[in-house]
Amino acid sequence: MRVALFTTCLVDGLVPDVGRACARLLERLGVELEVPAAQTCCGQMHVNTGYPREAVPLVRRYVEAFEGYDAVVVPSGSCAGAVRHQHADLARRAGDHELLAAVEKVAARTYELSEFLVDVLGVTDVGAYYPHRVTYHPTCHSLRLLRVGDRPLRLLRAVEGLELVHLPRADSCCGFGGTFALKNREVSTAMLADKIDEVHDTDAAVCTAGDSSCLLHIGGGLSRARSRVRTVHLAEILASTR
Amino acid sequence: MTADHVEPPPGRAPRPPARSRSGAAGSTFLGLPGAPRDVGQVRQERSFRAAARDALADDQLRRNLRRATGTIRDRRANVVHEVPDWAQLRAAGAAIKDDVLANLDTYLVRLEEQVTARGGQVHWARDAVEANEIVTGLVLAAGASEVVKVKSMATQEIGLNEALERAGVAAWETDLAELIVQLGHDRPSHILVPAIHRNRTEIRDIFAAEMGAAGRAPDPGLTDDPAALAETARLHLREKFLRAEVAVSGANFAVAETGTIAVLESEGNGRMCLTLPRVLITVMGLEKIVPTWRDLEVFLQLLPRSSTGERMNPYTSTWAGVTPGDGPREFHLVLLDNGRTATLADPDGRAALRCIRCSACLNVCPVYERTGGHAYGSVYPGPIGAVLSPQLTGVADNPDLPFASTLCGACLDVCPVAIDIPSMLVHLRSRVVDAKDARHPVPTPEAAAMRTLAWVMRDPRRWSWALRTGTFGRFLGVPGRRRLRRLPPPLSAWTSSRDLPKPPRESFRDWWARYGPVSAGPGEPGGSDG
Repeated sequence: MRVALFTTCLVDGLVPDVGRACARLLERLGVELEVPAAQTCCGQMHVNTGYPREAVPLVRRYVEAFEGYDAVVVPSGSCAGAVRHQHADLARRAGDHELLAAVEKVAARTYELSEFLVDVLGVTDVGAYYPHRVTYHPTCHSLRLLRVGDRPLRLLRAVEGLELVHLPRADSCCGFGGTFALKNREVSTAMLADKIDEVHDTDAAVCTAGDSSCLLHIGGGLSRARSRVRTVHLAEILASTR
Repeated sequence: MTADHVEPPPGRAPRPPARSRSGAAGSTFLGLPGAPRDVGQVRQERSFRAAARDALADDQLRRNLRRATGTIRDRRANVVHEVPDWAQLRAAGAAIKDDVLANLDTYLVRLEEQVTARGGQVHWARDAVEANEIVTGLVLAAGASEVVKVKSMATQEIGLNEALERAGVAAWETDLAELIVQLGHDRPSHILVPAIHRNRTEIRDIFAAEMGAAGRAPDPGLTDDPAALAETARLHLREKFLRAEVAVSGANFAVAETGTIAVLESEGNGRMCLTLPRVLITVMGLEKIVPTWRDLEVFLQLLPRSSTGERMNPYTSTWAGVTPGDGPREFHLVLLDNGRTATLADPDGRAALRCIRCSACLNVCPVYERTGGHAYGSVYPGPIGAVLSPQLTGVADNPDLPFASTLCGACLDVCPVAIDIPSMLVHLRSRVVDAKDARHPVPTPEAAAMRTLAWVMRDPRRWSWALRTGTFGRFLGVPGRRRLRRLPPPLSAWTSSRDLPKPPRESFRDWWARYGPVSAGPGEPGGSDG
């Protein structure tokens, strides 16, 4: 099976540790991972900000980079969601039927990390060790667009030493929403403040999630509040060993 | 027809719908007329952000909203989860509405025939101005100087109360929450619970200060006990029910096969308005049709569970035309377009017309929970309002609303007719951008940034170069700091309340190029904080 990592632009440029964690984790599980250099970005930010036409070349880029693989792993529910739920529509609107056919094939083989681990590799215990009290924020697109369900929780429960605590009102949005965080920063901040209170209520040392974007938002708020809670991507926890 | 034949309505003559406008519209947006300006309430008067800022500063409002939306949200979840075939009901609801929208011309004419055959009179209103003219004319022709009203979104949308007031007619809201809003010289902030932003102490104060001027005054010792408040409203309203000659209602549904109108309410005030006065005028958005009674059955299950979290609606009134010796002697049905045909003509927007005004999307929306309904500037707030208001008016008049969402998807999950609100918001956003592009010869800074970024990202060499030279990140860098606390615009909007980690020295792709697959190696426990 040829497996590729779609790093995502955010991880590539801003939080490469998450990409390194994916590489470590997947290689430990026996996956011969490839990272096509032709990849860039899924185009979601353009679409969701009102620039769908600008996203079409990015859809093409995604297809070109990944169409030769049996599976594409994405450490982001949001980017995987964009590939699976936006790319086909963009190709259709662009009137490009060839692209549409290619998109549908690649999108069907694109998996968010927890989906790939549980559904494709069939593992929940990835042999990780992480002796911390952890709470999990199910990011909106993982939860409602991809419906990853309890896959991340099953993976976390199998981690040795990890104490998993329930996050109150876990399914409510952290307020990131891409450019929403800039355009409506006051509302975004009010949502974030509630999320941070809820994280603190758990008394966890670590808040984890499957999306670096949401974690940047929550982590940015925690850091501003001088909290001792750290945000750590799911991949980084699962990559950790003794 | 009854013996009391009604006068022809004043204003413009009734006319059939323009068939070419409805039904199978082409794939292009036809630019049909929307809801007119300067009348009604479907437009933001100031930016969503500014209005939201005021709402966020009101701690009492935020507490009221959080408590109220939380309660309704839980109640809905409980009664929806107990229905084993909810998914099928929901699919049926969406399919029935889609059929109605695809064949609206046929169903509207059938409805008109049936209502007319049963002694009612149907009026076609192109927009808010026309609808207000028709209703005002009918009220004046009935010789009335006041009307009682059943809670109705359509009449708020067109600003009917204000139009009646200008004609010297007092319009009394009889729904408890609408009464609170009206007496408080306030605006509704929720589709179903218009006074959701008020707690009981505020309501007591409003009653004490305002009720006397509008009719029967409350007891001087009125407390904020809910039962006492309800009794006070009941006595105040009873006087109006018994006196009124004309009632105005909206409609939840209209059954085309029999010309039956259905109004669902929880207080019995609707039943009073619909049965006691001599003349009944119903203003109905033209998408409210269901083809048959069997179709109505689906919605009578979907609506109460989604809206009030009840298994069955408390007061469901249905009537067709007029019945001699029973109820109103005149019945007028005003079919309102006001931007609906334009919405129907838009393939990306027409699903908004499936909406049955249950307000489940408001109750689960994290943005609505913080801002309340007033921030949206329209009688339709929350997620569906962010779609429906710009669809009715055109995006130029409600340009912020499509952006007033994190696209978290909670609204789609609870919508009983499966309106994909997040995708529709995204489409509307592109329309807002296109409208701005058309107005500005020079691209906006945002458009320039987005296009430049897309140009960089479409080519991996350019993207690698950008990462390496730090175009993406390093310009943010403040040497020696782990966390960035203050950045220049536009990122100052981020750092106003959130830190940003310092950009890394090396992108993932460069690291991978150097160490490749074999050297990913064992990692250290702990991870990094994101």
